[in-house]
Amino acid sequence: MKNIKEFLAAPAQSCKREGPHDRIVMSSRVRLARNLKDFPFPGWAKKPDRVKALEAIRPAVESLPQMSGAFSESMDNLSAMDKQILVERHLISREHAAKGVGSGLVLNKEESLCVMINEEDHLRMQALRPGLQLRSAWLAIDQVDTILEKRLDYAFSNNLGYLTACPTNIGTGIRVSAMLHLPALVLSEQINQIIQAVNKLGLAVRGLYGEGTEALGNVFQVSNQMTLGEAETDIVERLNKVLTQLIEHEENARGSLLEKKPKMVFNHIGRAYGILANAHSISSKETMNLLSLMRLGIDLGMLPGVERSLVDELFILTQPAHLQQQLSEKLSAEERDLLRADMLRERLRNVSRPVTPPRSEGSKSDKSSAS
Amino acid sequence: MLCDICKQNVATVHLTQMVEGKTKKVDLCEACSKEKGVDDPTGFSLADLLLGLGAAQEMAQAAAGSDLKCPACGFTQADFKKTGRLGCADCYTTFAEGLEGLLKSMHKGTKHVGKVPQPLQQHKDYQEKLNRLQKQLEKAIGDEDFEQAALLRDEIKQTREKFDNLTTG
Repeated sequence: MKNIKEFLAAPAQSCKREGPHDRIVMSSRVRLARNLKDFPFPGWAKKPDRVKALEAIRPAVESLPQMSGAFSESMDNLSAMDKQILVERHLISREHAAKGVGSGLVLNKEESLCVMINEEDHLRMQALRPGLQLRSAWLAIDQVDTILEKRLDYAFSNNLGYLTACPTNIGTGIRVSAMLHLPALVLSEQINQIIQAVNKLGLAVRGLYGEGTEALGNVFQVSNQMTLGEAETDIVERLNKVLTQLIEHEENARGSLLEKKPKMVFNHIGRAYGILANAHSISSKETMNLLSLMRLGIDLGMLPGVERSLVDELFILTQPAHLQQQLSEKLSAEERDLLRADMLRERLRNVSRPVTPPRSEGSKSDKSSAS
Repeated sequence: MLCDICKQNVATVHLTQMVEGKTKKVDLCEACSKEKGVDDPTGFSLADLLLGLGAAQEMAQAAAGSDLKCPACGFTQADFKKTGRLGCADCYTTFAEGLEGLLKSMHKGTKHVGKVPQPLQQHKDYQEKLNRLQKQLEKAIGDEDFEQAALLRDEIKQTREKFDNLTTG
């Protein structure tokens, strides 16, 4: 079996994937939870039952037309490093990374379809898309599910829908989510208000790596919370609507910050560039927060000639496991901070310092009026 | 009143929020409220708190009472209280009574709306078709329209056979 590191596209490639509204919506995801009728749920099943369920599910998933040329492996054959890399790429959950014997992973070539076997449920299948593409992600995963339901005996009740290990996922078993980059809403201190408003609509706002995580790098995950009593397409449309509004709020916040407090914005972005391009030791957390400001700088036309994909690539490459993987010996956190800083200085060597944008709209201008 | 998280200290922070028209309440002690970032300006964990712990009262109710045990997998109510997860698909039948309130507090409704696995959908369609034909047959017999009744009887037979082939084949 292929090595996962060789299988995954280099971040330089994967970050070039583009989608609608990707200056704010980093990615869209639709996940379905499914279980087999005749096996206890993974968290309660004894090892032999988990192994049996895996053996039933894995061939069914591998033989999907969508999975031709896929990477398929049982979790005990992946090293801790491999798993951490998959988490940093947002392909598997932290919970799944902790699994071993009796759990598995099937990932398609394009890294747009990923099935976790025996995570919290027997099947957690997800479709991923760059930018705002919830409908397309839903259609893709719906197709996969429609083929699988003919090959596997799902646990389903007419009243409660798809039965899941946790009552929070019952019904449709769907989780529709998007990762949003909202630096201006954070800088203008509107984010808390926005989160509260989104919460009131029954949607959850979380940090970069899902449940219980911090919003590092001003990246927020918005997802539906309720799964019973609302059809999949309604949930997708509702989220789509809310996300469209969030995009508008973020764009407005950018506009009004530039208008009312341009110096504050330029100062943040200039300092972020200064530290990233010149530091000799930098933590992963600080890196993400500063890269976020650089990303904003690119969006505002302050870093002409620099692609957004460079920042997105560095977002991934500066994560602990991605840093560590280039080296054989295990690094301490302090050593990683040095290595991270070295890499950032090297990668930003040819990036000139930010320019203040021309007084016009300030957005996507390519004119470098440096003087 | 004790803190919903540590269940040891006295709760001094009381949070209430309306989520989709339902009131969610959480009571926390000083220490836990700080740890959960309740006063943090980017306190987005509040959603998890409210939707997770807000259901805690219901959860406790669902797990309390009789010591039921799932005949299919041996999962007990005490296990549910500990993990917040169920043991198998049958647990939803075993613990149905206790779960009702919990599901009501967590979700938009208590009846599934949306996708149905095709094999089950076919079964449902078949049942509906059969019921419809049976009714028509009764009516035809009542009207003494025996020609029509014979046709309907044949169609019912065909429908049955087709479905049997589909499920066994």
